[in-house]
Amino acid sequence: MFIFVVRRLFFAVVLLLAVSFFTYMLFAMLPADPAALTCGKNCKPDIIAANRIRLGYDKSFLEQYWLFLKGIFVGRDYGMGAAAFSCAAPSLGYSFGQHECVTTLIAQTFPVTAYLSIGAFILWMIIGIGVGAIAALHRGKWQDRAASLFTSIGVSLPTFYIGLLVLFSVVIWLRILPFPSYESPFDNPQAFLQTMILPWLVLAVLSAASYTRLTRNGMLEAMNEDFVRLGVAKGLRQRVILRRYVMRQAMIPIVTIAGLDFAGLLGGAIITESVFSLPGMGRMSIRAVVESDLPVLVGTTLVAAVFIVLANVLVDIAYGYLDPRVRVR
Amino acid sequence: MSNTSVLSVRNLSVAFATADGDVIAVDKLSFDLALGETLGIVGESGSGKSVTASSIMRLNNSSSATTTGEILLEGTNILTASEDEVRSIRGKDVAMIFQDPLSALNPYYTVGHQIAEAYEVHHHGVDKSVVRSLVLDMMTKVGIPNPEKRIDEYPHQFSGGMRQRIVIAIALINQPKVLIADEPTTALDVTVQAQILDLMKSLQLEFNMAIILITHDLGVIAEVADNVLVMYAGRIVETSSVSALFAEPVHPYAFGLLGAVTSLEASDRGQLDTIAGSPPSLISLPSGCSFHPRCEFVEFGNGKCVSVVPELRSIGTLGSSTACHLSDDVIVSLGRKAARA
Repeated sequence: MFIFVVRRLFFAVVLLLAVSFFTYMLFAMLPADPAALTCGKNCKPDIIAANRIRLGYDKSFLEQYWLFLKGIFVGRDYGMGAAAFSCAAPSLGYSFGQHECVTTLIAQTFPVTAYLSIGAFILWMIIGIGVGAIAALHRGKWQDRAASLFTSIGVSLPTFYIGLLVLFSVVIWLRILPFPSYESPFDNPQAFLQTMILPWLVLAVLSAASYTRLTRNGMLEAMNEDFVRLGVAKGLRQRVILRRYVMRQAMIPIVTIAGLDFAGLLGGAIITESVFSLPGMGRMSIRAVVESDLPVLVGTTLVAAVFIVLANVLVDIAYGYLDPRVRVR
Repeated sequence: MSNTSVLSVRNLSVAFATADGDVIAVDKLSFDLALGETLGIVGESGSGKSVTASSIMRLNNSSSATTTGEILLEGTNILTASEDEVRSIRGKDVAMIFQDPLSALNPYYTVGHQIAEAYEVHHHGVDKSVVRSLVLDMMTKVGIPNPEKRIDEYPHQFSGGMRQRIVIAIALINQPKVLIADEPTTALDVTVQAQILDLMKSLQLEFNMAIILITHDLGVIAEVADNVLVMYAGRIVETSSVSALFAEPVHPYAFGLLGAVTSLEASDRGQLDTIAGSPPSLISLPSGCSFHPRCEFVEFGNGKCVSVVPELRSIGTLGSSTACHLSDDVIVSLGRKAARA
């Protein structure tokens, strides 16, 4: 098991290196001159030239990539003399659009994304698995049909539409909640909850749909297994059979997908954050795209990739724990 | 017979509602089972053997199956008992061995856990270490080498035969009065089959339990059964002791079954005898005797075969019963001929 984990982590690092390389290559190959983007309207050729040298854009692609990579581990200094500044490790570059180290920007926006993701994730697991289990236990009855309706609606409705609809009806029309304006849960917990409750619910309900289907089908499939019949023949209570026999099997694919979905969210719930004006990583990425703030894009892409790759490793390990047949000895 | 019987089945009928109409899987089945007895139930696929077995533990899906009649386990009618009562019978007084040991065990728990679970569900608050030593005992009894090591292994680490031994250990840990074995050896290699049958026989002696052995393999019947029910299309067509079945079968269907047993002589002739035709659809059973479309001897039945459902009646001197319209003399002489062939 230990060797398995070490090997998986090693490949994860190799994969991340490849991701960073290709992301950085995109950055270098884009037609926009990053140095020209640093000063906006009052750019003069000499300022552009100075900034190019200051930010290291005069060097060759490989050299730039090497400096970027090195910056992640040891930090990076820009410029010389009075204009010198540095981004401490792990440095993911310097945003000329916001005049701030990318790492600092991510550190500011990531908590928002994390709160959104964790809250929504907990809600959607409860809703998804709960509704799916009810549907499976009442197969063919009205509960099952209602769950199936919920699933179709959830799968087919896009977040930006439902998000705006909910925002409009709850905030503008019904005035139950104030207009979302994000505040840290440590400064103003009430405002935080008032802002987060809608995005949590919207994200959770829409994402729960596919979990409902997975849970229902997984449970129904498990209920047909011979070993479930043996469980009944042993005289076990239905509750015990559901937990130890049916759910145990149905959870395996759910854990796999949940891990990846959660990691994907941590990389930035772009649409949800935009609709509900949450200052998270997703919204920052969108702004970076619009403003061609390439260092920010490279940084957020890399962070998102880290989560996805890490989630894959964790899911693999969890898989071995859940299913002894794939456990590596 | 009836005063020593541990299980009596009276007029058991099971019908399943399907989109094409009701399917009568078992029709007015009655039999008695004494402690220590092994009753074989033989028949082709779809003859109602397995449905009978699951009815005894009330394992049929209650929403689609209608079960009528009586199943008396030491006086308690299982069919009308409460869910709690049935649960306290399942696995304790009546236990079951399934056909496919590869899928009958829960892949997510160790075999030790699964055997212990079967014990603990009927014995609350027993010390873990006591249960563990009981499980180890049972694993030794069913012939699993090195149980101290294997108790903490998972089903996929066992071979098919070893898994069937685990399933038997699960079934016997509570020393049930009745063991239902639904084709316990069908999924196993022939050499392993013999071992499993021997094991069942020796454990039956040790625990003095009754066994209902469901199979389509007459070789298995010959080896372990005391008495035999031959089922066809949900009905009993013949009951007899195992020696009588092989010496003097009393139903044309049984003649055919005996003829279809492979033997060295048969393979010398280069051809395997079969029963012509295939089992009828349970939705539209043939009129009269369900077997008549496949029966070679219909012309001896005075025309009743096609129109009248034959009742079970005793026949011959060996204590057998038959559900056949042919006259006793005809059946007995045909039966003796079939047994010699």
